[in-house]
Amino acid sequence: MLGIAALVSIDSFRRSLAQAIDEQARTLLGADLVISSSRPFRAEEEQFLHSLGEPQAREVRFTTMAYFPVSNGTRLVHLRALGGDFPFYGTMETTPSVAAREFRDGLRAIVDESLLFQFRSRVGDQIKIGDLQFTIAGALKKIPGDASAGASFAPRVYIPLQNLEWTHLIKPGSVVRYRAYVKFPANINPAKRIATLAPQIQHFGLEFDTVEKRKKDLGEALENLYRFLNLVAFISLLLGAVGVASAIQAHLRQKIGTAAILRCLGSSAGTTVFIYLLQAVAMGLAGAIAGAGLGLLIQASLPRALQSFLPLTIPTTIFWQPILRGMLIGFAVCVLFALPPLLKFRRVSPLLVLRASVESEFPSARRDPVVWLIYALIAAGITAFAVYQAETWKRGLLFAAALGLAIAIFAGAAKLVMIGLREWFPHRASFALRQGLANLYRPDNRTLLLTVSLGLGTFLLLNLYLTRDLLLTQFSSIDRGDRPNIFFFDIQSDQKEPVEALVHSLHYPIIQEAPIVTMRLAGIKGRKTSDILADPQHKIPDWELEREYRSTYREQLSETEKITDGRWIGRMDYKPGDIVPISLDREIAKDFEAKIGDELVFDVQGVPIKTRIASLREVDWKRFQTNFFVVFPAGVLESAPGFHVLVSRVPTPADSGRLQNAIVAKFPNVAALDLSSVIQTVEGILNKVALVIRIMSLFTVGAGLIVLASTIWSGRYQRLKESILLRTLGASRAQIRKVLCAEYFFLGVLASVTGIFLALLSSGALAIFVFKLAYAPSIGPLLTAVIAVPALTVLIGLAASRGVGNAPPLAILRAELE
Amino acid sequence: MTAFPILNVERLTKTYATAAGSLTVLKEISFELVQGATCSILGPSGSGKTTLLGLCAGLDQPTSGSVILNGIALGNIDEDERARVRNAHVGFVFQNFQLIPTLTALENVTVPMELRGDRSAEKLGVELLQRVGLAGRLAHYPAQLSGGEQQRVALARAFINQPKILFADEPTGNLDSETSESIIEIMLELNAKLRTALVLVTHDPDVARLTERTIRLRSGEMV
Repeated sequence: MLGIAALVSIDSFRRSLAQAIDEQARTLLGADLVISSSRPFRAEEEQFLHSLGEPQAREVRFTTMAYFPVSNGTRLVHLRALGGDFPFYGTMETTPSVAAREFRDGLRAIVDESLLFQFRSRVGDQIKIGDLQFTIAGALKKIPGDASAGASFAPRVYIPLQNLEWTHLIKPGSVVRYRAYVKFPANINPAKRIATLAPQIQHFGLEFDTVEKRKKDLGEALENLYRFLNLVAFISLLLGAVGVASAIQAHLRQKIGTAAILRCLGSSAGTTVFIYLLQAVAMGLAGAIAGAGLGLLIQASLPRALQSFLPLTIPTTIFWQPILRGMLIGFAVCVLFALPPLLKFRRVSPLLVLRASVESEFPSARRDPVVWLIYALIAAGITAFAVYQAETWKRGLLFAAALGLAIAIFAGAAKLVMIGLREWFPHRASFALRQGLANLYRPDNRTLLLTVSLGLGTFLLLNLYLTRDLLLTQFSSIDRGDRPNIFFFDIQSDQKEPVEALVHSLHYPIIQEAPIVTMRLAGIKGRKTSDILADPQHKIPDWELEREYRSTYREQLSETEKITDGRWIGRMDYKPGDIVPISLDREIAKDFEAKIGDELVFDVQGVPIKTRIASLREVDWKRFQTNFFVVFPAGVLESAPGFHVLVSRVPTPADSGRLQNAIVAKFPNVAALDLSSVIQTVEGILNKVALVIRIMSLFTVGAGLIVLASTIWSGRYQRLKESILLRTLGASRAQIRKVLCAEYFFLGVLASVTGIFLALLSSGALAIFVFKLAYAPSIGPLLTAVIAVPALTVLIGLAASRGVGNAPPLAILRAELE
Repeated sequence: MTAFPILNVERLTKTYATAAGSLTVLKEISFELVQGATCSILGPSGSGKTTLLGLCAGLDQPTSGSVILNGIALGNIDEDERARVRNAHVGFVFQNFQLIPTLTALENVTVPMELRGDRSAEKLGVELLQRVGLAGRLAHYPAQLSGGEQQRVALARAFINQPKILFADEPTGNLDSETSESIIEIMLELNAKLRTALVLVTHDPDVARLTERTIRLRSGEMV
């Protein structure tokens, strides 16, 4: 049921999302076309923009500091100075809603609602941006083109474009984006129009974004998430099916006598199987209906969990196709898994009626070709589903193989433990402990089934936690010792010394200082970057060709880099036209297919500078420090427009606030980035993403626990019989509870330890091969798993065995349990 | 010298509440058994034999009357204490053997000793299984043994704690006549050797004749 619920909810959600993307596609961007540049549009570009027709809107965006007088706090914000009626599609959602319109006149600002909350400010309070003070007109909830989660690093503040100039924030070299939003007339097909405009936009060296591009990116990202979640859901369904098979087997075991009598009285093997098949079908049907209902409930709550990630409003429409599909898959899996024990029932001998004194053995199916055929069908079905879900055949087969391998490892571990226990049984242990351990390998044990189901759940959930922690540790490990944890950037050359003096006067260290000059790559080894981009065969990633390089110049290497090839040149006596010996990051050089001596041309704000790769550096990008792809020698870029970055360390958040306030008060254009807020943001984002994955993984664990409960419940008859006998022979209730506890505890330990082992292997592989990190798993989730899984197993085991110790011993004489 | 009374049953009555009203299955039963004595409870199906055995062994509580087993009044103690009394002084043999299917023959035999924390049980268990002729079946599970073999394992288990009294409920009910004879023979032999009192429920007058005393029951009353 849980598996079906997961499948139905995920598939329904995916369809709602696809529908939302189609219906609200244009609100993804808020316009038909967005053209952007890192410099103000030139005269001929403005002319071109005007030729595109009206309406249009303009925006200038950059990060800067905002000051909240109410709480005397400062913070890095993403300032957007907006002119015009953007958005053209969708609405800017604000509280109060009139603020979205009214702020465009006068000294008013719209501020991200999280920012207002953080600084205890309200609508009507003041916010200071640069040299201007604005009245907060409203709180920003949503604006087309943005997902609020994306705004967490630097919350958004909108001001009217006409006021930007008086903030005095834009200085030479400031990192600013200029945007033009265009809406085409209704009779124009945007895709066709953009196709004809694209070459011209590129010719100007401008960038553009379209609705189609956004739709494709969002669709791809969500499709990957959908596929992953669906596979997790499928594992829950499989576990549920294993539980069904186990419950049916236990149910049938009690019905062997009835079946033998029916056979004696002339019922055919087929009729006997059919009677019980009908029961299984009814169970499957009930599970499918209940699962679909639960799935719809979950589907309704998913948009809430994901809302801040999606720049769309997702409707919770009921789609019949995913419901029927989920029910059908669930029902088929349930019946398929019920078939092997059911088919064994064909072999129940009518002779059993006459041999009542002999323990009724469940017929073996080892030589039954029909049962093997069902097993093959199940394996084929799982593989087919995996292939259908995965993007490629290869991935699907890989998933099926990985699932098979995981099950084999769990089953292997269970078998090993059973063999090991038999060989090296702790004969000196107490009675309860020995009974509990011995129940793990004795006839009719459930060790294999429970290790696989519980272990798989543990593995999936733990893997998720370990990977999340891996990414977080990566960030938080940076914030220790004397490592820098606060950045100030956009410091103008003439502000450099006073800022340094201010930092020193407040007794904070200056760990690093670097000048930064922005530039673009104009050519590689004699080929223009525009030509390379136009070449359909090019291998260099587009972003590396199109991006803005923030380069520095200095005489020495920094402590986060070392030369791997060539020779470091720290200074040159540059004359215009000279070829500059630069140092390039080793990895980006690989992408450029460039080696020592090759030539690169950079466009430094309109001035082409020829360079030659003199050295390659290995850069430790993981260090929270200023690192650069390109380092120029001193003596070249000093006169180019640029800014400075200063890196310091503050011991406490209070120090951080003190330093930021002091600097922003004197130098409003200087922006600060505090590492602790970055860590918090990353943690917040990871937590939100993990929440959805966790919900789905919980289905797997839930299914595992239900399998545990149902398996224990199905073995209850045997347990009850044994417990009553033990009590007749003199066992106290406490002794019986101890035996049960020992058995479930060891089962839990076995499942959790195997699950942990697999999770360590897979998260370790992820760390080393995908994230390229030194692997140090966090102990917290491991300890939790080692304690929680056995504890849960014991709890559920005892709950499912409730009453076992209390049945009256007299029943044994009356053979009521027979 | 008067022999010590191992079982004293005084005006024992058991009534069940049913949908059709109360049903009295035992009425005012009284008898006494001394150490080493043998006694059979004989009667047709539904006469209350098994109920009487269960009450005598402390497996159930009477509606009225008392049972004193080895000097302990079973009515005055709780279920866990009754379990301790059973473990210390009582042995059981059942019609359906009642072996634990997940334990080997030897493990089944040693269970009563294990329950009281006695770790020397294994040696004694092996000896008892040898005595009942199952030396070669120590590691077999019940499903791997014949009916007669299972009942002999049950006998060995019944005697491992050297009980003061052995309750046997139709011990030969599921066995052929030849096996039945050997089982009864072993029981009487152990009774004689260990001075264990024997209470045997049966509907077979021939088996009942082998005991010193017979209590006949009809519709819950001694006749």
